[in-house]
Amino acid sequence: MTTTDLMPSASRVGLSQAFTDAMTITWRNIRAGLRVPDNQIYMFIQPIMFVLLFAYVFGGAIQAPGVDYTEYLMAGIFVQTMAFACAPASVGLADDMQKGLIDRFRSLPMARSAVISGRVVADLVNQFIVLVIMIVCGFIVGWTFHNGFGQFLAAIGLMMLFAFAMLWVGAYIGLSVGNPQVAASAGLIWLFPVVFMSNAFVPPSTMPSVVQAIAEWNPVSAMVAGARDLFGNQGIIDSDAWPMENPVAAALLWCLLIIAVFAPLAIRKYKAASSK
Amino acid sequence: MNAITAEGLVKTFGSGEKAVKAVGGVDLVVPEGTVVGMLGPNGAGKTTTVRMLTTLLAPDAGRAIVAGHDVVKEPQAVRSKIGLSGQYAAVDENLTGRENLWLFGRLYQLSRQQASQRAEELLEQFNLTEAADRTLKTYSGGMRRRLDLAGSLIVHPKILFLDEPTTGLDPSSRLDLWDVIRERVADGATILLTTQYLEEADALADNIVVIDHGHIIAQGTADQLKAQIGGERIEVVVRDAEALDTAEQVLNLGSGGQCVRDDHTRKLIVPTHTGSKGLIQVIRDLDEAGVAIDDIALRRPTLDDVFVKLTGRHAEEETPATEPAGRAS
Repeated sequence: MTTTDLMPSASRVGLSQAFTDAMTITWRNIRAGLRVPDNQIYMFIQPIMFVLLFAYVFGGAIQAPGVDYTEYLMAGIFVQTMAFACAPASVGLADDMQKGLIDRFRSLPMARSAVISGRVVADLVNQFIVLVIMIVCGFIVGWTFHNGFGQFLAAIGLMMLFAFAMLWVGAYIGLSVGNPQVAASAGLIWLFPVVFMSNAFVPPSTMPSVVQAIAEWNPVSAMVAGARDLFGNQGIIDSDAWPMENPVAAALLWCLLIIAVFAPLAIRKYKAASSK
Repeated sequence: MNAITAEGLVKTFGSGEKAVKAVGGVDLVVPEGTVVGMLGPNGAGKTTTVRMLTTLLAPDAGRAIVAGHDVVKEPQAVRSKIGLSGQYAAVDENLTGRENLWLFGRLYQLSRQQASQRAEELLEQFNLTEAADRTLKTYSGGMRRRLDLAGSLIVHPKILFLDEPTTGLDPSSRLDLWDVIRERVADGATILLTTQYLEEADALADNIVVIDHGHIIAQGTADQLKAQIGGERIEVVVRDAEALDTAEQVLNLGSGGQCVRDDHTRKLIVPTHTGSKGLIQVIRDLDEAGVAIDDIALRRPTLDDVFVKLTGRHAEEETPATEPAGRAS
C-alpha cells in the first residue's frame, strides 16, 4: 500500500460518498450505543413502563367517554415515545461536540451531512426497536389493531416518519446547546407540555377552550388521531378542526413541515458548530 | 516550497461591544519538512489559528494556503492532505482503539480493507496492539493521546497540526509523545505544533512563533529568540532581606550597574560574560562583603525569559502577572 493509494481521489463529495459516510457514522453510533448498557436498558424499559403504568394505574381512573381506555391510550403512548426520540439525538450530538469529535469529523474529507444523518439513522433504528417492543407490550395488555395488516404497517410507517422528523429537531437542539447535560433536559422538557396538550391521553374536549384549540392543532394530536385511524382504534373526534377531521393527511404534512424546517437548521448549525 | 502560508488571518468572535478579536492578523510561513512551534498562553489565539488553517473555522479576513490549496475555497482538498490532533483527545471512548482508527480510516475514504490494514499498522506503530480491542474508557491519558495522534496519521499526511498535543499529560507520557512526534519529523512531515510549554517548543520546533492576544510578537529559532534577551546571567538569593542593599551594591560594582533586584524573593540577577568564572567572582565578592547566600546559580536564558521579556508575564500563566517580571525562576 503506497501513500498515493490512500489519498482520496475526489475532493467533491458525491451522493454515494454521503451515503457511505452516513452508514459509517451510523455503525459507530450503534456500536458505541451498545457499549453503554444503561442507555439501552433505560431506552427500552421506559416505554414498557409507560404502557404498563397508563394501562394499569391511570387506565382505571381516566374515564374516556364511550371508549375502552386501553384502545384509546396506545396510539398516544406510541406517539409520545416517538416524540421523545428528540432527547437521545440531542444528547448524542452535544456529547460529540463537547468531546471534540465533531471537530475531528469536520477536519476529515467526509460528507458534511454524515455526522447528523448517521446520528438520525442510528436513533431511528433504536426507535423502531422501541416501537416494536411497545406494540408487543400493547398486545399483552389487550390492545390490538382492527383495520388489517396494511393499515397497521402504514401506522408504523407514519410513526417512524414522525420519529425521523423529531430526530432532526433533536439534532438541532443538541448542536445548539453543545453540552450533553443541558441537551438532556433541553431536548426533553418542552416535549411534556407539547405531548400533554394533545389528545394523546385525554380527549381535548375536557380542556379549557384555549388549551383545546392548541390541542386540536398540535402535531402530536394529528399524529395520535392519525395512528388511531389507521389502527382502527376508537378515538373521540368531537372537533371540527381540519387536522382532527383529516388526521393522517395533517400528520404527514406536519412531519414534512418539521423536517423541512429543522433539517436545514440542523445542518447549518453543524456547519457553523465551533466547540471551543 | 511552503507547506503552510497564511497572510493576515483575522477571527473575531461575537459582535458589537462584546466582540473579542481572537486572532488579529496572523502571518505565518511553514516551509515543507520543518516543525514550527506556536507558543503562547491560554487564549492567545493558537487554537483559533489552527482551526482556521484546518478548515474548521472560516477566517473573517486574510487567506491561507495549506498543501497548495486555499482553506476557504478548497477545504475538502485541504482536509484530505492534513492530519489534525486536537487539544482534547477527540476519540470515541465507547469504541475500541481499533474501531476508532477504522472509523477514521473509513471517513478518510479508505476501503474497508484498507482501513483495517491501516488501523493495524498504526496500532503497532504506536504500541497499542495489546490495548487494541479494549474500549478507550480503559485507556490512560497518554494512550488516548497516542491513539488520537494515530488517528491523524491515517493517510500519511505530509502536514500535521498538533494542537497542544501534550497538555495535561504526565511527564513520562509527554516524553513518549515527543518521541512519536520526532519520528514523524524524521519521516519528513511538516508540523505546526501549538503549545504553552516552552520546553516543548524548545525540544521539538525548528522555528518558534510567539503569539499573544492574537498577534505574533516574535519569531525565530529558539537560539535567536534567546539571543534577544542576551547571554548568561547569575541569580543570587540572599538569606536576609536586610543584606539586599549591600549585595546589590556589590553586584552593581562588578557589572557596571546592571543588577536587577526583586525584594519579594530576595533575588538579584546580574548578566555575565565570563560564565563560571564570573560566578566564582560574585561568590567571592559577596562573601567578602559578608552577605549570606541561600542560593546562587548561573543561568542560560530560557524561552520563558523571552516570553516574560516580550509580554511581561510567564507563558504558562493565564492572566497577566502583577508581580515584577524578575520573579522568573
